[in-house]
Amino acid sequence: MALLLRKILLFLITIALVSVITFAVFQVIPGDPVRIMLGPEADEVQVETLEKQLGLDKPLHVQYANWIGGLFTGDLGQSIRFSQPVIDLIIDRLPVTLSLAFLSLSIVIVVAIPLGIFLAKRQNKGSDIVFSALTQLGMAIPAFWLGMLLMIYIGMRFDFFSISGYVPWSVSIEGALGSLLLPAITIAIPQIAITFRYVRNTVIDQMKLDYVRTLRSKGIQESIVIYKHVLRNSMVPILTVLGLIFVEVVAGTVIVEQVFGLPGLGSLLVTSISYRDFPLVQGIVMYITIMVVVVNFVIDMLYTMLDPRIRLR
Amino acid sequence: MKQLRKYLKNVNFIVGAGILSFYLIMMVVSFFYTPYDVNSMDIAGKLQPPSADHWFGTDEFGRDIFSRIMNGTQTAFFVGAFAVGIGMVFGTLIGAAAGYIGGWVDEIFMRMIDALMAFPGIILALMLVAVFGTGMINTAIALGIIAIPGIARIARSGVIQQKEAEYVLAAKLAGLRPWKIIMKHILPNILSPLIVAGSVAFAVAMLAEAGLSYLGLGVQPPDPSWGRMLKDAQSYIVSAPWYTFAPGITITLFVLGFYMLSNALRDFHDVRSK
Repeated sequence: MALLLRKILLFLITIALVSVITFAVFQVIPGDPVRIMLGPEADEVQVETLEKQLGLDKPLHVQYANWIGGLFTGDLGQSIRFSQPVIDLIIDRLPVTLSLAFLSLSIVIVVAIPLGIFLAKRQNKGSDIVFSALTQLGMAIPAFWLGMLLMIYIGMRFDFFSISGYVPWSVSIEGALGSLLLPAITIAIPQIAITFRYVRNTVIDQMKLDYVRTLRSKGIQESIVIYKHVLRNSMVPILTVLGLIFVEVVAGTVIVEQVFGLPGLGSLLVTSISYRDFPLVQGIVMYITIMVVVVNFVIDMLYTMLDPRIRLR
Repeated sequence: MKQLRKYLKNVNFIVGAGILSFYLIMMVVSFFYTPYDVNSMDIAGKLQPPSADHWFGTDEFGRDIFSRIMNGTQTAFFVGAFAVGIGMVFGTLIGAAAGYIGGWVDEIFMRMIDALMAFPGIILALMLVAVFGTGMINTAIALGIIAIPGIARIARSGVIQQKEAEYVLAAKLAGLRPWKIIMKHILPNILSPLIVAGSVAFAVAMLAEAGLSYLGLGVQPPDPSWGRMLKDAQSYIVSAPWYTFAPGITITLFVLGFYMLSNALRDFHDVRSK
């Protein structure tokens, strides 16, 4: 119980610090952010109006309090470029990014875990080297190039895939899959390369433990040993790694959305930076990071509750 | 001699070091010589596929892609080295100090590190670039800042492991100042994990630079960047799909070289990976 409380406390502290950092970074913008946003031709009246509109005429701690309050009520101010509330723009783009991230994560789970288990049953020295090389290659390929390769060799050859743009799920499920599948695979491939090897090594480590020998000597079928006992014991380390993979997948959406011209949060973030739309940048950074922290916290909670060894410690 | 033979038996080391030496040579040569002038345009000869004259073809302005790739090694090594330099210096100082002092200072430090690491790397990089602006130096600084928390965490845990050791006690009894003890006595003992972390950080920084430049928010023209070349190449994937290959393969091999080297170093120094 004490452990659970400590974890909840740490989670809250992390969220608080993340918000302070996100807020503070935008205070050190060299020069006057309002003038930067308005450009050199802006006159005094325009500057003052925008300052007032953004609440920049108030003291820093008041600005922070307003901003953090807005985080909960959904009022993160107005986007400079779109003259719309930041939160509306984010909600508008969120479904694309979330669909992409979860599709990608599902691909990683569905491919990497069975593959890792399968390969754990057939281990030898030679395959170790091959898998290590594959993992390193997967980590080294830049996602945006991988995306272009998939576009050239798959996307442009099959009508099913659209290589640019997004079709909402509500319009056509097939169309949505056609626009999201290739980007999702692009994000997933490097993560599969990392995850399958991790799963394989975890399972191999488990199979060396005494309980497996005991089960086998009792004459229990190998498939039951693996799927019922070994896999269950491997779940905690695998869940941990999936939390990290989720962070990578979300980070991956930023660049891959750009490659495939998907109108998600990532591409909104990138264009907002070019337009110096700071309230929007701040809002997107904050919400993406909170999402990542929350998912990792939930995973942490999950296995704390699942695994009595951790729960009772 | 024995040490050297051990190195030469490691596949990761041979391939990784081989790849990186190749890039280093390319960088040095590119200061004096490239087959074509990197900026000379030839609109009539634009988007030519690879040939004996132009090994990697020509781009949309008829510039020789191979020459531009060669030139790009300068940016890659500069940004990587600059970022890793910042990450190593500040990460080690902050992490070692926190680990040595311990207590409240360490607790506050760890919470800060956790918070910084909670941001997905590219998001943090984009936020810093949004504030400080784009360009080669700013990109390198932003990527350096991102490297700090990871390295600081490794330095901290190294110092915590070492600080109860007898040689540290002896140094304390001899009246050395904490600063001297950390720098002169503890640091040499925790160098291996730091070097491994540094070479991983190099790979990560390079990949992030390519990513930022691809998004148009990293290195800006006229500075050459492989990531930017890929961005330009994407407009021509229908008419000139080969255009994406040279920069794509170049980035992949470069990053792979650093990953392989770091794995080899990890094997030699028996640094446990997390």
